[in-house]
Amino acid sequence: MKSNQEKFFETIFLSAAFFIVAIVIVVIIELFIRALPALRTFGVDFFTRDVWDPVRREFSALPFIYGTFFTATLSLVISYLLSVMIAYALTELIPKWLSEYISSLVDLIAAIPSVVIGLWGIFYLIPVIRNIIQPILRPLSFIPLFSGTTFGFSYLAADLVLIFMITPIQVSIFKEAFLSVPQDLKEAMYALGATKYEVARHVIIPVSRRAMIAGVILAYGRALGETLAVTMVIGNKPNITLSLLAPGYTLASVIANEFLEATDPLYTSSLIALGLILMIISLIVNIVGYFISRGLKR
Amino acid sequence: MKTRIIIDKIFAFLALISLGIILLPLAHIVAMVIINGARVVNFDFLIKTPRPAGFPGGGIANAIEGSLVLVALTMGFSFPIGLLAGIYLAEYGRGSLAEFIRTLVNALAGMPSIVAGLMAYILIVLYFGFSAVAGAFALSLLAIPYIVRTSEEALRGVPNDIREAGLALGLPKWKVTIYIVLGAAKGRIIIGALLAMARVFGEAAPLLFTAFGNPHHVSSIFEPVDALPLLIFRYALSPYPDWHMKAWGAALLLMIIVLTINLVIRITIRKRYAVRF
Repeated sequence: MKSNQEKFFETIFLSAAFFIVAIVIVVIIELFIRALPALRTFGVDFFTRDVWDPVRREFSALPFIYGTFFTATLSLVISYLLSVMIAYALTELIPKWLSEYISSLVDLIAAIPSVVIGLWGIFYLIPVIRNIIQPILRPLSFIPLFSGTTFGFSYLAADLVLIFMITPIQVSIFKEAFLSVPQDLKEAMYALGATKYEVARHVIIPVSRRAMIAGVILAYGRALGETLAVTMVIGNKPNITLSLLAPGYTLASVIANEFLEATDPLYTSSLIALGLILMIISLIVNIVGYFISRGLKR
Repeated sequence: MKTRIIIDKIFAFLALISLGIILLPLAHIVAMVIINGARVVNFDFLIKTPRPAGFPGGGIANAIEGSLVLVALTMGFSFPIGLLAGIYLAEYGRGSLAEFIRTLVNALAGMPSIVAGLMAYILIVLYFGFSAVAGAFALSLLAIPYIVRTSEEALRGVPNDIREAGLALGLPKWKVTIYIVLGAAKGRIIIGALLAMARVFGEAAPLLFTAFGNPHHVSSIFEPVDALPLLIFRYALSPYPDWHMKAWGAALLLMIIVLTINLVIRITIRKRYAVRF
């Protein structure tokens, strides 16, 4: 038998949880309803055509979906490689006292607001891309990735900013994972005469894989949804191209830039539809990550 | 035999290079914020509101006040709700209902911050206009899942012996939860809330079309307000060199606030729990 008091408190706790659930459900339904006019007007075209013309009232999500995946995926791959190397350096190569200082530093840097990194991007990274990186890449311009010229505001700038933002996240998760690998497993390998590289490759990384996936998913989610730092440096032009030097646009940054200017209901509805798509993409990424890490457990 | 050693050396070399590739730009970011910011931050900068573009002087008091108001509103709203929901999930939640709530909270946690801004716009701004309350609602959508998760984890970390000891003394479950379990988990719950607060301080994307920005002192929470990250974004993209410098000043303030919160947390964790996070 539960007393009245008991029920009273349980109801309070439960209603707080229900309040959150209610808000989320109401908001998602509202988003969907307000995205509907755009989805109905353009139908499948909304996902297949490469057009964004507020004046002629023609909208589609394709260039922004492309821009979002293009920036997030490339920066994730590069950042992943760097993070594995850095976590290896911090746990296996560098003396412990020094590595603790560097790790604390990296963790603190991960807390720097993205808008500050965007600010730095505008005034220091963009000129470097325009004046230093561009001439270096010119001989490689036959590769589609490096073709064209740039004013600095480009996919490349967005990628670099994202790399600086998500690497600290991955490093700190990878490092914790590497540190929790049982010492005897490593020592067994060393006893057989393995080098540090071989121990990392055959013991540390495989054992840490599950925790590493959690870090990768977290970082990818951040990269897909990052708004301001990217908006500040990407150039803000819908652009489906392979060239890193060309300006681009992402789902998050077009919403940030154009939502307040949109006076036409169809324009607003299209932007809300982009928000809905962004939300669904990040949901899918999280769900996929959840299943991958559950699959690895067994 | 020899190649194995060479591979090992190359790998070590690349690892150290990677560390440098990331550390140097990040150090440069911090250094530039400090150097550029220090040139404009002074007493006037902190207590005066902006002057029209082109006029020298003025400060960013509007954004400092706005940020404080927004963060206070956000925490005042999301801490109680997040904590209570966290208690439900850790102490009472069983079966599919709790699992459903947990899934939803996780989905909310992975949501891009700009979408939170859209949601607050649709739910509040459309009916009541731009305001600090709308901004705080958008920020709460980001803070709540974070607080729910850290509270739940903190409560789960409390050993069961303590609960059983309380129950064995004949205390009802709600008293055990509130007076004993919550007391034991207090430190970690507060740390979680502080981390959420540090994150909320730096978020600008959800504020673009909720808090909107305002060049005057904060007068009411039902009016638009400015915020430090919002001001940085606007000033950085403006054509005025004076505003660019003010953006650096605001960035320095914001960085000091966020890093101080993080440092305090780190030092407390080391002292109290003697473990590293």
